[in-house]
Parts: sequence; C-alpha cells; structure tokens
Amino acid sequence: MGQKEKSAHVVTSAKKEHDKHESEHHELGFVRKYIFSQDHKVIGIQYGITSLLFLLFGFSLMMIMRWQLAYPGQEFPWKWLADFMGQANMPGGIMLPEFYNQLGAMHGTIMVFLGVVPLAVGAFGNYVVPLQIGTIDMAFPKLNMTSYWVYFLGGVTMLVSFAMPGGAANSGWTSYAPLSVIATTGQTVWLIGMVFLITSSLLGSINFIVTIIQLRVKGLTFMRLPFFVWAQFVTSFLLLLAFPPLEAAGVLQLMDRLAGTSFFLPSGLVVSGQPLAVSGGGSPLLWQHLFWFLAHPEVYVLILPAMGIVAEIIANNTRKPLWGYKSLVYSAIFLGFMSFIVWAHHMFLTGMGTTISTFFQTTTMIISIPSVIILTALLLSLWGGSIRFTTPMLFALAFLPMFAIGGLTGLPLGLAPPDIHLHDTYYVIGHFHYVVAPGTIFALFAGIYFWYPKVTGRKMNELLGKIHFWTSLVFINGVFMPMFIQGLAGVSRRLYDGGAQYAHAQGVLQWNEFMSTSAWLLGLAQIPFVINFFWSIRKGKKVEANHWDATTLDWACTTSPPLAHGNFKVVPEVHRGPYDYSHQGAQSDFLPQNQPGEA
Amino acid sequence: MDASSPEAIKKQVRSYIVVFVALMGLTIVTVAVSTFHLSVAAAVIIALAVAIVKASLVAGVFMHLISEKKLIYATLALTAIFFIVLMILPTSHQLDPIVQ
Amino acid sequence: MEIPYTIHPRPDTGVYNAKLGVWLFLASEVMLFGALFSSYVLLRIGSDSWPHGYSILDWKIATFNTVVLISSSVTMVMSWASLMLKDFKKYKLYMGLTILCAFIFLAVKAFEYNTKFGHHLYPSTNTFLAIYFTITGLHGLHVIGGIFVNSYLWGPGSKMWKTQPERFTNRVEVAGLYWHFVDLVWIFLFPVLYLL
Ligand code: HEM
Ligand SMILES: [Cu+2]
Repeated sequence: MGQKEKSAHVVTSAKKEHDKHESEHHELGFVRKYIFSQDHKVIGIQYGITSLLFLLFGFSLMMIMRWQLAYPGQEFPWKWLADFMGQANMPGGIMLPEFYNQLGAMHGTIMVFLGVVPLAVGAFGNYVVPLQIGTIDMAFPKLNMTSYWVYFLGGVTMLVSFAMPGGAANSGWTSYAPLSVIATTGQTVWLIGMVFLITSSLLGSINFIVTIIQLRVKGLTFMRLPFFVWAQFVTSFLLLLAFPPLEAAGVLQLMDRLAGTSFFLPSGLVVSGQPLAVSGGGSPLLWQHLFWFLAHPEVYVLILPAMGIVAEIIANNTRKPLWGYKSLVYSAIFLGFMSFIVWAHHMFLTGMGTTISTFFQTTTMIISIPSVIILTALLLSLWGGSIRFTTPMLFALAFLPMFAIGGLTGLPLGLAPPDIHLHDTYYVIGHFHYVVAPGTIFALFAGIYFWYPKVTGRKMNELLGKIHFWTSLVFINGVFMPMFIQGLAGVSRRLYDGGAQYAHAQGVLQWNEFMSTSAWLLGLAQIPFVINFFWSIRKGKKVEANHWDATTLDWACTTSPPLAHGNFKVVPEVHRGPYDYSHQGAQSDFLPQNQPGEA
Repeated sequence: MDASSPEAIKKQVRSYIVVFVALMGLTIVTVAVSTFHLSVAAAVIIALAVAIVKASLVAGVFMHLISEKKLIYATLALTAIFFIVLMILPTSHQLDPIVQ
Repeated sequence: MEIPYTIHPRPDTGVYNAKLGVWLFLASEVMLFGALFSSYVLLRIGSDSWPHGYSILDWKIATFNTVVLISSSVTMVMSWASLMLKDFKKYKLYMGLTILCAFIFLAVKAFEYNTKFGHHLYPSTNTFLAIYFTITGLHGLHVIGGIFVNSYLWGPGSKMWKTQPERFTNRVEVAGLYWHFVDLVWIFLFPVLYLL
C-alpha cells in the first residue's frame, strides 16, 4: 500500500469510527429513545406523565368516596360507573363499607407514593436538576432508567391489587397492624408494591445525591446552587435514610402474613370472637414506629421540592434576589435533620409515657421553626418587588398562605394535650391536606406552568391558566376548610358514613355535602388545565429559550427544549449566585449565573 | 507516599493478613466467652464490644475507611446518628408506658 | 460529551461517582438492618421470656460460617490488591475463592435451615425463630446478590481489564465495599442470634 492510500484508509476508518459514534448517539431506535431511555429529560417526562395519571386516578377514587360521605347509603347516580366497580363492591349502586375502606387506603397510597413524590422528585428533579447544575445527565443514567421502571412496576402492582379476592388493601395508607396482618390478600400485594416503590426511591436518591455532589459544573459551589437543587438534595437524603426502615417493616409484615410469624401480633389476639392461632409475642407499636420513621420524613419529602419550586418562581417573578438565601438553605438542612426525630408525634395516643412524649413534643416544636423561617423568607422576598402575576406566580403565591394554614394547624397536633382531642379526627385530615394539596400540589402546578416552555418550547395559555388557578383555589378551600370544623367537633376520620351515626357529629354533618360538591367542582376545575396541557403542546405560543428572563443555567444557557444529547452546546461555567436580579448598575435586570464579570 | 504505588499496596496486603488473624482470634474469643453462660447483661456487653472491634477492623482496613475522604465520613456520620436514633427511641417508648 | 468523574476522582471531593454511590447505598443498608436489629431489641425487651440462641441454634456450624465469610472478605480485598499490582491471574484466583466461600456459606446456611425444619422449628414457631429466619434470610439474599456481582466481575465483566483497567479496578473496589458490608452484618448477626 502506498503512503497516500494508507493515509486515505486511516481517514476513512476514522470517519467510520466517527459515524459509529454519531449513530450511537443520534440514531437510537424508538424504544431506546422514548421507552427505555437513559436520558434524564425523557425519564423526567416519563415520570411526569405517569405520576399525573396516578394523581388523576387517586383523585377520582376520592371523588367517588365523597359521594358516600355526602349521601351515605344512597344509590350512586352514574350506573355505568357503579357497574364498572362491580356488584361485589357496590351492590345495587350502594357502596359497601369494605369497598369504602379500599378506596380510602388506595387514595392515600396512590396520592403520596405514586403521585406527588414521583412528580416532585422523579419528574421535576430529573428534568431540572442536571440542567440547573450544568451537566449533561444524571451520574448513573442506567440506574435512572431502572428507577423509573421499578416505580412503574410498583404502580402496576398497586393497580392489580384491586383485582384480588377481597379487593385492594383496606387498612389505610398507614397499614396499621394487627388489622393489616389479618386483612385480605390485597394487603400482600400492597406490600409487594411498596417494596418496588421503595427500591425505586432508593436508587433515585443515590443518583440525585451523587449527581449534585459530583457533577456540579465549574464555579457552581454549594452556596451558588439554586434553592430548588438544595431542596432536592435534602429530599434525597430523607428518602435514602428513612425509607429502608419501612422496607424492613414491609418485609416483617409480609412474613406475618405469609409465613405465619407474629412480629406485629400480640399474644392473646381475638378476631371475630375466635382466638387467633399464632405464636403471638409481637408488638403492633413496632409497626407504627417503623412506619412513622419513614412517614414523617416523607411529609418533608412532599413539601421540600414544593418549596424549591416556589422559591425559583418567586425570585424569577419578583425580579429580585431571594430574601435570606442562606437562611433558606440552612433551614432546609435543619428541617431534614430534625424530621428524623419527631415521628412519634403521630403516636401520642399509644400509651406513651410522659418522658418520651415530652421529647417528641419538644422536637416537634423545634422543627416548626425552620418551616416558619422558610415561609417568612419567601414572604419577605415579595417585599418591594415589581411582581409579574403570571400563572406560575399565582400558584406559587397561593402556596404561601395555604402552606401556612397547613403548618400552623400542625402545631396543636404536635402537643399531646390538644392532640388527645384532635387525633384521628377530620382536623388531622384538614391539616395535612392543606400542606399537600393547596400546598404541594399547587406548587407542582406552578412548576408545570413554569417549566412547560423549557420542555416543549411553547407556553401554556395564560387565560386558561388563570381560570384553572382561581377556580381551583376557591374549591380546594371549600373541600378542606370545613374539615377543621368537623374535626374540632370530634368527627373521626375514616368513617364510612361521614359521621351520620354519631350524636356529636350531627351539628356539623351539613358540611359533608358542601365539601363533596366542592370536590367535584374542583375536579371540573382541572378540565381547563388538561385542555391547556395538551393543546399547548402543538398550538401553544412559541417562546424563546429563556422565556422568563431567568438567571439559572436551565434557562440561561440551553435551548428550549434542551439538546437531546448533552443539554448544552458548550459546557457552562458559573460566576455568580443563583438569583442575580436587578443588579445595581447592570445593563439588564438579570445576570445569568454563567455571565462572567462583576456586572 | 502515593497510596497506589506497588510498595504501598504490598504494605497494605500485610495489614490485611494481620487483620485476618485478629478477626479469627476475636471470633474464638466471643465463642469462648459465650460458653461461660454469663448473665445476659454481661454477655451482651462483651459480645457487642467484640463485634464492634471486629466490625471496625473490617470497615477500617478492608473498606479503607481509615484513609477515606471527608465526604464519605460526613455521610457515614449522618447515617450513624440516625442509626442510633432508630436503635434507641422505639425501645424507649416500650420502656416508658403510660401505665406502670 | 461524557459524564465526568466516572473513573477519576473529582478533585474537590476526592472520590469517583461509583464510590460515593456505593457508600450511599451502604448507608441505606445500615438503616435497613438497623431497623431489623431495632425490632429485635424491642421485641426481646417486650417479651416475657427469650431463649438463649445457643440452646436452639447450632453455634458450632455458625462459627464455621463466620470463618468462611471473614475469609471471603480477605480474599476479596486481596483480589483488588492484585489488580492494583497489575496481577490479573492472582485477581482471578482470589475472586474465584471469594465466590467459592460465598457458595460454601450458602450451602451451610441451607443445611442449617433444613435441620431446623426437620425439627419442626419454623418462623411461625416463636418470635426468636421468626427474627432468626427473617434476618438471616435477608442476609442470605445479600450474599446471593454478591455472588451475582462477583461472578460477573470474575467472568464476562473481567474483559474490561484489557480495555479500561482503571475502571475495572474501581468496579472491583466498589463490589468489595459491598461484600465487606455483607460480612460486617454477619459479624453482628452471629453473636446476637447464636451466642446470646
Ligand atoms: C409545620 C409543622 C408541622 C407540624 C408541627 C405537624 C404536626 C403533625 C402532627 C402532630 C400530626 C399527627 C396528628 C395526629 O395523628 O393526631 C400530623 C399529621 C400529619 N401531617 Fe403534619 N405537621 C407539620 C407539617 C406537615 C407537613 C409539611 C406535611 C406534609 C407535606 C404534613 C403531613 C402530615 C400528614 C400526612 C399527617 C397525617 C398522617 C396520618 O395520620 O395519616 N405535616 N402532623
Ligand atoms: Cu409527622
């Protein structure tokens, strides 16, 4: 071979290599690209769509329950739906108590573990965190894909449980023993589903922590991270360290149900007049401890990402730096830490002595301090801003008072004396729904309206958005505010007839119909959102890359949507904090994080 | 000295052998102590003490924790705190019932 | 563009991605087994009577298994050291021994379970046996997981030594961390279940 030929050969083979490389990156088949994708953006969207569907499903279960609560024992008005749920559950269109219990347990489980958390962490975290820290993907893309599919499997498992003999799990989302141990087969399926969901969360949280610690781009120190990233970071630690004990508890409960052990069954248990043939010697409280060891941190998993979203949107729409960025960060860390030592405030009525009860009351009062600091900082951030009342901003603004109501009503629950009266009443339901529904879910809506242009390159319609916001705000308060009234009157939660049989409930029963109607109207209020969501994918107004004039890397230095591979045309470098708005003497009112120089 | 140089590794290998011998010795110790059938409290304390020493050897030498990075230490410290919480609080509830 | 720090440590943290990842995983494992130990303590303190482990279980056979598992930990770390010394043959040998030990451990465990079942001792018999079977069973699952990982690194996965030796050495190190953890759990399980 002559010299020339040889070099030509080298060139072609190099080109071939190059092509091969290209095709590896760009010509992924449909399956690798959209189904078993390893790209954080696609996985984020997968999480988003799946979790929104589960939210809708969980919400529907609740709307069905609300019929029974408003009109106990009356025939369901939509015959086709009653038929769909089956004669075994709704004979003659009338809901059986057993079925009500299934709906309740599955509503809670689905909303928390399949709806809100996957949307807040799986979808928003996956899509936004790598962009905000300026990296091309999560640290472990394959693991990321696995997390999603294990979550999906968990979801399917939960759905399948409805088809079990005796139906789905019916012992509440808390699955308290011994009730749950002697419950129908649906509970076993629930436990298996939970094991999947926990595994998925664990894999996901490892991925997030490693990504945030290791893949931050040059110049992006911890104190320059957007608050949203901080929120996801703390959240991941909660998931990582709080979920395993529930996994252990799940395994123990499975053993109780399948292998006949008595981890949660005390000696001398009598069921339906018959002594239960087990060895006994277990402890029902053990379940509660292991459950709440997870489930209290879990409530901060529900709220922290929401706070992160709200912080981003508030800074962006007030066009000024967040007030007290550092206090926000330290509060979030402290909140995360403390959330591991307050859990037994859910157990004041389990025969807890005064020493332990004092301990948990004290830690609970302490943990409310960082919550209040975060809320205050966000509120003060509004001061003196020239606020843009966009749809995402409206949702973010509404988050503040709604979360405040939810948080403040938690304080009496955290003190044992009032909790003796309030425990297991509708007041508790009101409390936590204010935090998760008009709180977290509003923040998630805010996030959807805010990042929609990033994901699709188009904007959602403002008018429909505003209709969605105002109607939702009114009706959601109509659903949850009366719960405080009922709860203070002593009406228990989880009652199949909404309290109709109880003398002390008679004075507040009329609220049931009001709440149910509000809930159904709230359902209708979501229609503008659904229309807007799908319509805007094709028809929404096209917007430029940094539509909101934001400073963080996700907006400032990628296209909308970001490049399919690598996110960034050039790897950015960070020169300033996350919210450099209205910088004195600067040319524009915002300085992106990757902009060099003083001004 | 570069921790990954052949000399350093060879030195480490020697420490692995030493630790191996120590672990075997400690295993014999726990088993031997248990044959005395001491009171439960004493037996628990001794068994746990030996186990902790063994575990530290494994973690420190085999898992190279003696010379790890701060980041790993911080993670493990956090975990250790919550581990202790998890070990202590549930049982304290059991030991502090409202009716004596 | 590639994901950074998959092989070399990030300068300011001093670790590569997988190492941090596996330590985080182990942190969650600590909480998993922590919850089980905590359950053990709570149930034991709450019970009227609790058997001595040695009166029900066979501590001799468990001592043997302890020796086996500790040995496998040593061979595991030796396999990593062999790679650091660029001695692939030794690596194969030590890794093979590690896997062998894991199989011996499982075989002994299976024999133990079988004997118990033969004497009509089941998880449902009493709380002590319930704990014993559950925790050792879960630990056994971890051993099986380790066998899968280590066998992959011994067999098909070891091809990487030729193309990316550093990355392969990292993988063995990370697998080792997991394997030592499995050993570490046993170090506590053994006295707690068999000797107290
Ligand atoms: C701000 C401070 C907070 C305090 C002091 C607090 C206190 C409490 C207490 C003491 C209970 C138990 C009441 C009982 O069962 O008798 C409770 C229940 C609950 N809280 Fe909170 N909470 C706070 C914030 C939150 C947040 C941010 C969330 C969620 C995002 C949340 C979600 C829940 C849930 C889901 C329950 C009920 C669980 C159940 O029994 O089904 N809480 N809260
Ligand atoms: Cu709580």
